[in-house]
Amino acid sequence: MTTTATEGVTAPPATTAPARIELRQVSRWYGNVVAVNDVTMTIGPGVTGLLGPNGAGKSTLLHMMAGFLAPSNGSVTLDDRPIWRNHDVYRSIGLVPEREAVYGFLTGWQFVLSSAKLHRLPDAAEAARRALTTVEMLDAAERRIETYSKGMRQRVKVAAAMVHDPRVLLLDEPFNGMDPRQRLHLMDLVRQMGAAGKTILFSSHILEEVERVAQQIEVLVAGRHAASGDFREIRRRMTDRPHLFTIRSSDDRALAAALIADPSSGAVSLTENGLQAQAVDFARFTRLLPRVAKSAGIHVWQVAPADEDLESVFSYLITRSAT
Amino acid sequence: MSTVAGISYRMVIGRRRIWLMVLLPAGLIALAVLLRMLGSADERSALMLMQIFGVGTMLPLLGLIAGTGVIAPEIDDGTIVHLLSKPISRPAIAITKFGVAASLLALFGALPAFAAAYLLVGMEAGIAFGFAVGAFAGGLAYAALFLLLGVITKHAVAIGIAYALIWESVVGVFVPGARNFSIQQWAQSVAFQFNTSGFFTKPSVGIGFALIAIAVVTVGAVLWAGQRLRSFTLAGEE
Repeated sequence: MTTTATEGVTAPPATTAPARIELRQVSRWYGNVVAVNDVTMTIGPGVTGLLGPNGAGKSTLLHMMAGFLAPSNGSVTLDDRPIWRNHDVYRSIGLVPEREAVYGFLTGWQFVLSSAKLHRLPDAAEAARRALTTVEMLDAAERRIETYSKGMRQRVKVAAAMVHDPRVLLLDEPFNGMDPRQRLHLMDLVRQMGAAGKTILFSSHILEEVERVAQQIEVLVAGRHAASGDFREIRRRMTDRPHLFTIRSSDDRALAAALIADPSSGAVSLTENGLQAQAVDFARFTRLLPRVAKSAGIHVWQVAPADEDLESVFSYLITRSAT
Repeated sequence: MSTVAGISYRMVIGRRRIWLMVLLPAGLIALAVLLRMLGSADERSALMLMQIFGVGTMLPLLGLIAGTGVIAPEIDDGTIVHLLSKPISRPAIAITKFGVAASLLALFGALPAFAAAYLLVGMEAGIAFGFAVGAFAGGLAYAALFLLLGVITKHAVAIGIAYALIWESVVGVFVPGARNFSIQQWAQSVAFQFNTSGFFTKPSVGIGFALIAIAVVTVGAVLWAGQRLRSFTLAGEE
């Protein structure tokens, strides 16, 4: 386990040295279907969110980073060592899979302890106790896992994955199905571990979730690496795009004429369902609409975003990144 | 490795399948008791019970339950990831799981075979001892083969039943050549070596072939299972 010390910084002990997962031109296809398409990214210390709609290839990418899928092309490495077919990487990696993947017949304690033993930790019991304490599951640890709620199972899985204090933690949709309080707690935990210098990657299809936890966001759309940056950058790119609105008013035609006169609106069209307007400058358009309607004496009954689903937001990002 | 073994034992024993594993040998012993009560506790009936029910039916079914049971449910529900995401060599995991399945077959297969035959004829004519050893040797091959099936296919149980019931029992009866590729016949051949009874017709598979075949299938299947585990892949499932 060798790491290169950055200039001016003394190398920390091997177990706490920052870990780096590198993907170089990684593709993965199943027959004719391309699940991941030529992705190059580096996951370093801190919390990284892997954001994308369902079916974007997030799990496929995460499975390749976790050593449970071979890339069809390109390379996936942890500190320059290949991850696929290399069980030694699990000394440094903890994995929280999306599927339940827990033995219902074991108690929480037995499950986490088995993880510690499989890692051959010198004091397995102490490590298990510490991990269960961290996820606040020590009180319920003597119960069988099959009696747990979804959130408790999730926390036990996290405890089992971090029992050996890994430098890398990979979590596949970790906040799915948790109640709000459990979600906040796990988010705090992830943030803390990221702040402690661990390399943490989690996948999610919810922007708000990623924003709250991750410093770095990687956006995946249709298997392609669509955007990369901190949440401000991603947020800006997501709001800074043409928005489509459906508007119903007392006089659609007059409103259309008034809107098109301003440069903040792009295309305006009259449809059976009312007026459709595309806002090029989102902020300006939202101020413009009420003002224009008021001065023309038009009553606006309804303004509805026509394309607010995440899919279209993401597909905008990818068309942008392609140009 | 004791952790892997412990979880594997609990997986087989802690589920409903344990009742099948208990019922089969219980049935064998019950039949032996019945024959004894009916006064036909002789070499001929002991041999028939062992050949048809013991090695012919119970052993392959136990092999199927134990061999697939130590790994297939884990692969099905994804819990195997818990074992595989650890710094442990995957072939070592396969070997451990084979050991668990083989030990269960010794306990629920070979031991009851001995007990049932002993009830009928005692240590006479080497029948009890022969079938215990034969069942143990056959159990090794079944455990390894069905473990491998559990690793490489989702339809391990269906394929295993087809192999045991159609290939070994039906095809094997009508097509003598098929017996060479039948674990059941290898087990019979091993059992025959200890036999001194005149009622035991010489099996069609020679002992040399049987021993080599058992060794090749057992070692080959476990190694292959280990290699397949090294490339264990999670579906994208999105």
